[in-house]
Amino acid sequence: MTSEGLSAVKSGPSRRRLPLALLLMSFRTFIALIVVFVFFGVTTPNFLDVPTLVIVAKHVAVNAILAIGMTFVILTAGIDLSVGSIVGISGMVAGTLLTRGVPLNVFDVTIFPNVIETIGICLAVGSGIGLINGLLITRLNVAPFIATLGTLYIARGAALLISDGATFSNLVGDPKLGNGGFPFLGSGTLLGIPVSIVSLAIFAAVAAYVAGRTPFGRHVYAVGGNERAAALSGVRVNRIKVCTYMISGFCAAFAGLVIASELVAAHPASGETFELNAIAAAVLGGTSLSGGRGTIAGTLIGAFVIGVLSDGLVMLGVSSFWQMVIKGIVIIAAVVLDQMQRRMYRRFSLEAQLG
Amino acid sequence: MSASTSADNEIILKAEGVGKIFPGTVALQDVDFEVRRGAVNVLVGENGAGKSTLMKILAGAIEPTTGRLLLRGEPVVFQSVRDAARQGIGIIYQELNLCPNLSVAENLGLIDPPTRFGFDIDRARQVEKAKALLTRLEHPIDPNRLVDDLRIGQQQIVEIAKALAADVDVLIMDEPTSALSSAEVEILFKVIRDLKAHNVAIIYISHRLEEIMRIGDYITVLRDGRRQADALVSDVSVDWIIERMVGSTGLALQGKAGDLGDDALTIRDLSLPRAAGGFFVDHVSLSVRAGEIVCLYGLLGAGRSELFECLMGLQPQAVGRIEVGGKDLAGSSIPARIRHGLVLVPEDRQRDGLVQTLSVRANLTLASLRRFTRFFSLNSSTEKSESQDMIRRMTIKVSSPEVEVTALSGGNQQKVVIGKSLMTGPSVILLDEPSRGVDVGAKAEIFRVMRQLSDAGLAIIFSTSDLKEALGYADRIIVMSRGQITAEFPRDRATETGLVEASTAAFLALERQVS
Repeated sequence: MTSEGLSAVKSGPSRRRLPLALLLMSFRTFIALIVVFVFFGVTTPNFLDVPTLVIVAKHVAVNAILAIGMTFVILTAGIDLSVGSIVGISGMVAGTLLTRGVPLNVFDVTIFPNVIETIGICLAVGSGIGLINGLLITRLNVAPFIATLGTLYIARGAALLISDGATFSNLVGDPKLGNGGFPFLGSGTLLGIPVSIVSLAIFAAVAAYVAGRTPFGRHVYAVGGNERAAALSGVRVNRIKVCTYMISGFCAAFAGLVIASELVAAHPASGETFELNAIAAAVLGGTSLSGGRGTIAGTLIGAFVIGVLSDGLVMLGVSSFWQMVIKGIVIIAAVVLDQMQRRMYRRFSLEAQLG
Repeated sequence: MSASTSADNEIILKAEGVGKIFPGTVALQDVDFEVRRGAVNVLVGENGAGKSTLMKILAGAIEPTTGRLLLRGEPVVFQSVRDAARQGIGIIYQELNLCPNLSVAENLGLIDPPTRFGFDIDRARQVEKAKALLTRLEHPIDPNRLVDDLRIGQQQIVEIAKALAADVDVLIMDEPTSALSSAEVEILFKVIRDLKAHNVAIIYISHRLEEIMRIGDYITVLRDGRRQADALVSDVSVDWIIERMVGSTGLALQGKAGDLGDDALTIRDLSLPRAAGGFFVDHVSLSVRAGEIVCLYGLLGAGRSELFECLMGLQPQAVGRIEVGGKDLAGSSIPARIRHGLVLVPEDRQRDGLVQTLSVRANLTLASLRRFTRFFSLNSSTEKSESQDMIRRMTIKVSSPEVEVTALSGGNQQKVVIGKSLMTGPSVILLDEPSRGVDVGAKAEIFRVMRQLSDAGLAIIFSTSDLKEALGYADRIIVMSRGQITAEFPRDRATETGLVEASTAAFLALERQVS
């Protein structure tokens, strides 16, 4: 075979010729989602009723919002372990603002921000922790795993310090102080749909738009795919990375607010190990931990697979110990399939090249 | 010319009809290669000729697609480098393969450390063995020093010692002198003669032809993945080697530059200091005019890539003035340099050029996304149509812009990287070894596009270590050696010998200083 002969047939693989097996593999998470739905639909009475599905979706919403933020970070080949702690501290900040306000000792008054301001402050705290993560990673060259492990502990400790470990309960506000309405986020409805599910839809839509249709999104993929090439193409790699950690922190803070609002209480231990669920959802949805590969839609499906699986198993009466085992198996199987698919695709495109 | 097969040296290792196909490129085709005991078997060829591929096959690092290997007359298949090493084949790579966090003795004993009763490492004996090896190399480096603390030349010596630590029958040396000072080269040659006397077969790869004339016994020339010629070194001259390496087929001279414009790029006194003393880029001044193609010729390690990196802002320690269109860019960020019309097509496209996870379209537009953005949104229809235009203009062979870039051949990938840089609307393009790992057809197309661009008023600098490219495609040739500009030729006064001499000029000057 001459080199000219080779280059002549070297057009890329065409969509039409994708073998069926490969096609099935590329939709594996979606297929998995359908499988769990069908399985629990058959085995569990009432599982496919609307009220049940709404409850499942509300459970999924928190993890899915976390996983959406996490996806941006993982796309840059990073990791954010601090999101669970941000969930906790975000709720605690909301709790202290709503119940204790901001005491200004100099003037001997206490300011109670209204709910919108409270939410804004909590989101700022989450983004701020993300900013710290990002700066540690880009300016001080701390590995993402270590930097966010550190902030995991710091934020959790800070959440405990806020109330000395106590829970803020009854976060309904006081009409006299003008800070009522907080429970709306967790238990209110818009057009009959729970607010948390509406929020998830908005987060997912905005994130999918940002990832898929903006220069920022493209830069995120480029940084994760090949940082050096991205930098040489004029991508401000550090700025992109810092932004992704801020997005992740923002999402985590919002998730924390949803939880606090649902419970009408803020507990400092809230959100423990949530970071692992978020990573699992992203990975299950096809996001590669080595960066550059993954979609928001995939993460969303991944979060639903995990959520449906765990709620379904509860309804089936499977013990929580077995649930953990099953969840672990599903995550590993997802990654094994992912690797298999990539190998198949590589072999396929190589064969297509050789004609 | 065929090899003199007068067999006063027994053939220990033989490659028969060996070929290797990588996704996208044929690296090696039907190559025969004999390795003789007690002799220095030289392998030469230009970059991309297939030397490293052949060497990796012989060392067991990769498996050949076709053909077979015979070791001591018996067919062998090496499972791994370790497997080859067990059968007496050692290799010294061009890039150092030492663990900088370990001591010299630990590095030397890495594979097979001396142990006490097979359990723990016998440190004293390990240091003893290391000392003995280094003494044999006349380089009494303290075996307890960390490799990280050694000079590059010393590290190279350790690398050689590591290969000698195992008893080898065949020792492959890939450009072993590229990091050595002339005194260290003398020691290496002494070691090589010593090994020859012990009936070891040495495979020696180098670009420095005068070295080959001194140390080589048999020479094999590779070109474009095929065996071009072989001979006894004593029968041939440097000119003969160059002729076989470069060949005379295929590449026609490209049209000459039209009217040149003003200086598009001016470099004044640009230097990049080396941590271990000296310079990667040694007070370089040059200017390139709009519409001109300048070739930067030099051997590996001449400082060409480093010069390009300084220009692009990848080397923060660089000092000097870099003017593009009259504006000093020293100290500005990469995006700012791109905005001012400077762009680099890097040497290693896998490492620095492509985002492997993205499609051809996304790679093409990566450096110029700003142009496709309205408010926050990417305009995907203009992005698609412009990338399609670029695919046509660069004659990239791909069925759709949405195909992942890794599915393309080397030449087409290179065209994507060049296309990406063109989409930024540059006035100066730097191309570092643009033809590396690119097949012949794509090579010609890349240079044709470069001429079109220069005709359109762009200033182009490309670097190469390929004489034919330098002589065939440039309006002006600048030769670098050890970070310095050692010669400059207008196209009509450049000769192969002139370029080769200038490319080693700084080494010879250094040698004279030492002796």
